Amino acid sequence: MTLSPDLLKFVFGRFSLASLPFDEPIVLGTFIMVALGGIALLSVLTYYRVWPYLWREWFTSVDHKRIGIMYCILAFVMLLRGFSDAIMMRAQQSMAFNGNEGFLPPHHYDQVFTAHGVIMIFFMAMPFVTGLMNFVVPLQIGARDVAFPFLNNFSFWMTVGGAILIMMSLFVGEFARTGWLAYPPLSGYDASPDVGVDYYIWSLQIAGIGTLLSGVNLIATIVKMRAPGMTMMKLPIFTWTALCTNILIVAAFPVLTAVLALLSLDRYVGTNFFTNNLGGNPMMYVNLIWIWGHPEVYILILPAFGIYSEVVSTFCSKRLFGYTSMVYATVVITILAYLVWLHHFFTMGSGASVNSFFGITTMIISIPTGAKIFNWLFTMYRGRIRYEVPMLWTIGFMVTFTIGGMTGVLLAVPPADFQLHNSLFLVAHFHNVIIGGVVFGVFAGINYWFPKAFGFKLDAFWGKVSFWFWIVGFYFAFMPLYVLGLMGVTRRLNHFDDPSLQVWFILAAFGAFLIALGILAFIIQMVVSVRNREALRDWTGDPWDGRTLEWSTSSPPPDYNFAFTPIVHAHDAWYDMKQRGHTRVTAGYFAIHMPKSTGTGVILAGLSTAFGAAMIWYVWWLAAVSFVAILAVAIGHTFNYARDYFIPVEEVIRTEQLRTTFQAAE
Amino acid sequence: MFPKIPRVLRLAPLALLLSGCNMVIMDPSGDVAMQQRDLIIISTILMLLIIVPVIVLTLVFAYRYRHTNTAAPYDPEWSHSTRLEVVIWAAPLTIIVALGALTWVATHLLDPYRPITRLDAARAVPVESRSLTVEVVALDWKWLFIYPDLGIATVNELAAPVDTPIDFRITASSVMNSFAIPALAGQIYAMPGMMTQLHAVINKAGVYDGFSANYSGAGFSDMNFKFHGLSQADFDKWVATVKASGSGAMDRAHYLDLVKPSIKVPVERFDGIDNGLYQAIVDQCAEPGRTCMSDMMRSDSNGGAGKESGATAPGSATPRAADPQRLNSGARLPPAP
Repeated sequence: MTLSPDLLKFVFGRFSLASLPFDEPIVLGTFIMVALGGIALLSVLTYYRVWPYLWREWFTSVDHKRIGIMYCILAFVMLLRGFSDAIMMRAQQSMAFNGNEGFLPPHHYDQVFTAHGVIMIFFMAMPFVTGLMNFVVPLQIGARDVAFPFLNNFSFWMTVGGAILIMMSLFVGEFARTGWLAYPPLSGYDASPDVGVDYYIWSLQIAGIGTLLSGVNLIATIVKMRAPGMTMMKLPIFTWTALCTNILIVAAFPVLTAVLALLSLDRYVGTNFFTNNLGGNPMMYVNLIWIWGHPEVYILILPAFGIYSEVVSTFCSKRLFGYTSMVYATVVITILAYLVWLHHFFTMGSGASVNSFFGITTMIISIPTGAKIFNWLFTMYRGRIRYEVPMLWTIGFMVTFTIGGMTGVLLAVPPADFQLHNSLFLVAHFHNVIIGGVVFGVFAGINYWFPKAFGFKLDAFWGKVSFWFWIVGFYFAFMPLYVLGLMGVTRRLNHFDDPSLQVWFILAAFGAFLIALGILAFIIQMVVSVRNREALRDWTGDPWDGRTLEWSTSSPPPDYNFAFTPIVHAHDAWYDMKQRGHTRVTAGYFAIHMPKSTGTGVILAGLSTAFGAAMIWYVWWLAAVSFVAILAVAIGHTFNYARDYFIPVEEVIRTEQLRTTFQAAE
Repeated sequence: MFPKIPRVLRLAPLALLLSGCNMVIMDPSGDVAMQQRDLIIISTILMLLIIVPVIVLTLVFAYRYRHTNTAAPYDPEWSHSTRLEVVIWAAPLTIIVALGALTWVATHLLDPYRPITRLDAARAVPVESRSLTVEVVALDWKWLFIYPDLGIATVNELAAPVDTPIDFRITASSVMNSFAIPALAGQIYAMPGMMTQLHAVINKAGVYDGFSANYSGAGFSDMNFKFHGLSQADFDKWVATVKASGSGAMDRAHYLDLVKPSIKVPVERFDGIDNGLYQAIVDQCAEPGRTCMSDMMRSDSNGGAGKESGATAPGSATPRAADPQRLNSGARLPPAP
């Protein structure tokens, strides 16, 4: 029996066996490796019957701590993917000289740099930052969970859904070949009719819903769930930056959603928002995407600033210098983040007054940012600096980020930008601030809060090895790009004619190799730490002599975080409690009201991912079915009244007594 | 426009990095790029005034207040100093005020739309001098240069006489590109359906790299051309060679052939041009059967196709040269009449 083409097209849309990468050995090889690895992992999990545990305790959990940890795991996996892309680009550019076309033809290379940007921003940096905020914020403000625990779980799985789609594009069909912001007309249907841009759109739309909802959630949490006495000006700095970041998310992500929706309409139903004819105007897309895109930069960096503030004050054993000005600096950056988007395209032909306005607003941002750097500097002044791993990352950041900030202000001068725009100088600049700012911050944060999450410290030796490989690797990888930019080399090139450039690309590739060792050292650090966990164990819950409330509870914290809601009298609440001779209350416990786990988030996100995949491949029946199913499950969930439970007082007593015993043994 | 920078300072950034590599942006050959280079140096020096102390202080404090140095003072409660706060806000502010003023002036003087007023730091544009107009079209994936005053056109080759103001009119056929010749002047986007402008002058004879600085698809990496800065005599010779090449005119038929995507296109020269072609390209109606944007806008402003559809039937066989006033030139829309 043969199937009619019409039926095949109805069932599979535009998917066919030709969509699989049988003719691309690199992709096929990767696919086989990933598939074998995946099957091995799944078999091990199945063999040891871990699935029920994972499902019950992690996937369906609404506990902000577990969701935060899952975000970080997702981010790390995606870091490996995004970094593989980076290594491929560095290898390609260091060998494609003198007529050698390298090993990646444009068709493949263009997907690689697009995927690298998209993954690193949306699926590496964002989940890391969101994960750390999720884990830390409720603990820092003395809350038992976030304001909307189910929503939190749902947000996480939507982010996973987006990540699954983008990973799928590696093996099924292809990814966009447009650059990470997919400017039309290149991303329009005429120039890119295949599935790549649709993968881009739907993975970002699905993950974007998760990000937006998690923003709403954390704002509500910080505004409404602070411990008694914790006024806004007693809020820990990390929580302040988290608040500002989430305000940025809630104000900026709808713009991304809207602009991608307009692009989808152009691609799917033939509207002409961003086309060349019938009144479309691609400049509108460029403006809108950067009205989201620039605040996005601050969405990533503000929490990193928060991490550095916590770390520097803890490891200098000193109050943070200029808390108030730090808060105002954060707020000013939040507002100014919306007034600078045009500096991403001075070269589009705006008038001199418009260009100088956006150039100068951009420079103004460097004032509060500079004030922050000075505040960290004067926190170190007359401190007692303990060189634990988080502090190393912080010092590395202060030096590196300052350089990146300087080149950023240089790029904000429009006539200078006419020369440097889209050059490797620009590429070096934004890696300088994103790696030197966000990634260093994430590593500082992971090393700082890991003992809180798991009850033992991370191995310091391998942490330091990782730090040194990263920072040296960073300078090797990106300083040559500054030079290449000044030599007039633009970005996203697949091969080169001028042989004098090659040495710089080889240096950069060497830097990327050092960073690879840094990542490897981080993995070793994890393995070694888990192995030596008994030696690294911390029973006190306060291994660094911390200053904020998360260090007042046990490590890892109990499900309910705090047996009694703390009462706050000062900024640096835990330090203040310790100064005033705080003793732990060990009696008078009561049953604690907590939210209940639910699988709805996983199901909804799974259906959304199916919907996205169906839209990408034009499988309309599946799109319709999954869309109806999403609505049905979402409405059905509103009838689920079994959403909460009480942790019985006996269990609270047991948990707290255990802690008393361990503390006594310490 | 800028204070004269001592020679030594100009060379400092070059000397700092390895010599021997050709940093075209730090050592350009056109006056506009030269002024942009000076601006890069001045801004960097201004910022280093604050960046260097910050980095030095970070390292000094990091060393001095290390845990093991018990001789250093330790003041765990010290966290505020109004005097210091004033300094840490005022110092960056001062730099930014200076840099902001510089930016405002430089951005206006070096506005790519502004006709240049000087050939270099020492010479103003002579009153009697005429500028060379070049119409630039970014195609998939090559560059078309039309010289309307000379009646010639070239593909992937650009030439101009030294010390003559060049007036570029830039557009694209299908996707966004960026027209970049770092030795001459900073880049500007080439966008379909729109026209951007760039004014520049080349001061030294030589062959310079030109390319697209905005990723535009599969053939992007080979979307390069050479820009020849020629003495007036050599330029005249070059024009004569192109005119004598007998290669045919850059007319609509040739253009429709050229507009098809192609990679690594060799240099081509055309000894004649179709005068309406460039306007038709900007107006998105060089291909037969497409309505010119300007016609569509006129129709829309008169109430749309319903009212005026008879007057400007879609697919009118001979696209008309557009009224330049109605063209959407870059981000600068002319005010509605």
